[in-house]
Amino acid sequence: MTGYDTATDVVAVEAVEVSRTYRGDGVDVLALRGVSMRVHAGEYVAIVGPSGSGKSTLMHLLGCLDRPTTGRLLMGGRDTASMSDGELARLRNRTVGFVFQSFQLLSRTSALDNVALPLVYRGVGRAERHGRAEAALHAVGLGHRIGHRPSQLSGGEQQRVAIARALVAEPSVLLADEPTGNLDTRNGAEVMRLLDQLNVERDVAVILVTHEPDIAAHARRVLSVRDGLIERDEANASPVRPRRVEPVGTEFGHDGPGEEELR
Amino acid sequence: MRLAESFRVAFAALRSNRLRSALTMVGVVIGVAAVIILVAIGSGAKQEVESQIEGLGSNLILVVPGRVQFGSAPTASRLQLSDATLLGRVVGDQRRVTVSVASGEVVRMGSSQAFANVVGTNENLPNVFNRPLDRGRYLSAADVDTRRRVAVLGASVAGRLFGDIDPIGRQFSIAGVRFRVVGVYDGVGSAFGINRDEEVHIPVTAQQRLLGIQTVDGFGVKAATTSAINDLQGRLVSALEDRYPGEEFSAVTQTQILGTVGRFLGMLTFVLAAIAAISLLVGGVGVSNIMLVSVRERTAEIGLRKALGARQRDVLLQFLIEAVLLTTFGGLTGIAIGAAASWAIGTYSPVPTVIAWWSPVLAAGVSAAVGVFFGVAPARRAGRLDPVVALRAE
Repeated sequence: MTGYDTATDVVAVEAVEVSRTYRGDGVDVLALRGVSMRVHAGEYVAIVGPSGSGKSTLMHLLGCLDRPTTGRLLMGGRDTASMSDGELARLRNRTVGFVFQSFQLLSRTSALDNVALPLVYRGVGRAERHGRAEAALHAVGLGHRIGHRPSQLSGGEQQRVAIARALVAEPSVLLADEPTGNLDTRNGAEVMRLLDQLNVERDVAVILVTHEPDIAAHARRVLSVRDGLIERDEANASPVRPRRVEPVGTEFGHDGPGEEELR
Repeated sequence: MRLAESFRVAFAALRSNRLRSALTMVGVVIGVAAVIILVAIGSGAKQEVESQIEGLGSNLILVVPGRVQFGSAPTASRLQLSDATLLGRVVGDQRRVTVSVASGEVVRMGSSQAFANVVGTNENLPNVFNRPLDRGRYLSAADVDTRRRVAVLGASVAGRLFGDIDPIGRQFSIAGVRFRVVGVYDGVGSAFGINRDEEVHIPVTAQQRLLGIQTVDGFGVKAATTSAINDLQGRLVSALEDRYPGEEFSAVTQTQILGTVGRFLGMLTFVLAAIAAISLLVGGVGVSNIMLVSVRERTAEIGLRKALGARQRDVLLQFLIEAVLLTTFGGLTGIAIGAAASWAIGTYSPVPTVIAWWSPVLAAGVSAAVGVFFGVAPARRAGRLDPVVALRAE
């Protein structure tokens, strides 16, 4: 169906003929018109399309932030349609990680507490939470920025904190919505390198939502969305990798480079 | 999310917006402080009056003509001095019956003058009422029998007429008639606008002559024991009603007076507290308003928390706890300010204040309840926010 041969047959998330209608002032907007797709565990997929194409709506559905108007959305084989608010929240907490264009960090909160936030909603105790959050910050090369607040961090660092927050929850799917949209080229490259690494080393399915072709080129599969439908679903035989891959710690959990080393 | 965590988050949110939190609390602070102060004044007045009434003496029965109702005018009396003997027989002890004929008169001593409540009474007064002497002696049976023009002065009358001079043995005039001071009472304070320190006691016979009357206003009777009061009340009234057929008499006890006065002052306290509670309500509306603003301001944060796994109830609880913390801190501050102000009023002004144990407890409970009541609507709104819409807000 996807035309792409995955390393594993486990389906992380699957949409079956999903549509989503927004009720405006007397006008119904059909943002998705029956989309079927499947993302396997460990896949690296880009969803591309112009603004208004429905790619954000699709991302919200895949991230369980929203429910389809019709059709079915399966997370790890379970249909989300019948789930309660609490069950959906649990899925978002344990199965999905988010990276947003505008970072979405709590401004008056330290990097450490920002990263630990998903664990708060999981009921993890304070000490363990901080230990895991610290490890995650080390993994994105921000071990030296633990106590800093977002306003004391550069845009690139903020997005890396957001990535640490996504990976601390050990999700099976990571949704990145224009993750480099607010970053300059160098910081953008660093963020993409982290996402690539996350996909390879942790076997996390990464779903990139972007309108930038060179960002989408990182993925091994590209879905083009237009007018609420998937227009094309193509494999990318030669995904881009950043030029400098080597300076990073060989696996997550080790301290990555400080900012100075990246310059 | 654990409850302790919710508290931590709410506390951090309040702290990060210190000025706004403080201003929001002001409404609750003022409301609670007002309740505490006004209840303290009301309770103070009640306690003062009650202690005055209790200070009159114990096991007291007042026998008067007509029906006794709070605020109603006294009935014209046909009681005679000789009725004291009748009541003495009912009580079984003549010494436990005293008599009263009161009138307001101008008293003079040289150039000093005062308006005093002149009470004609007899030698049994100290047996019935608790009225300690400062100096001199009480009125005697001989004073009453021979209609002697002698007087025992209340503390403030003595002060006003004689100043620092010892009044014992000195002359003064009541309504132009000369009297000699034989005693001065200790100061006992005022109750209900009747200042007993402004009384002048003279023999009842002399008072009747002064006023040109044969009647007396009423009698004071002391029961032997508390358990005898009820029975005695009925027998005193029926003895008088036998002597004066067709007329009504009343025998009221301190407990009954206390009951009436207590109900009245209790109501007064309640009304004062209710007025103050309105400002607490206004404070609650302020909290509600600020919480709504806060929810709107932090829409993106709410969206993020939901995206990271917060359930509706997690978000609802976070905002509800914030509101309750606001009003509880406000309430505690208000209690502290109200208690301090009540103490200051009681200490530095003539208004007595008593902080009843229940008023801070109630105020703390009510302010927390105000937080829940006025916090629920904003918190529900926060909990129900659609994460997609909320995340889009910047």
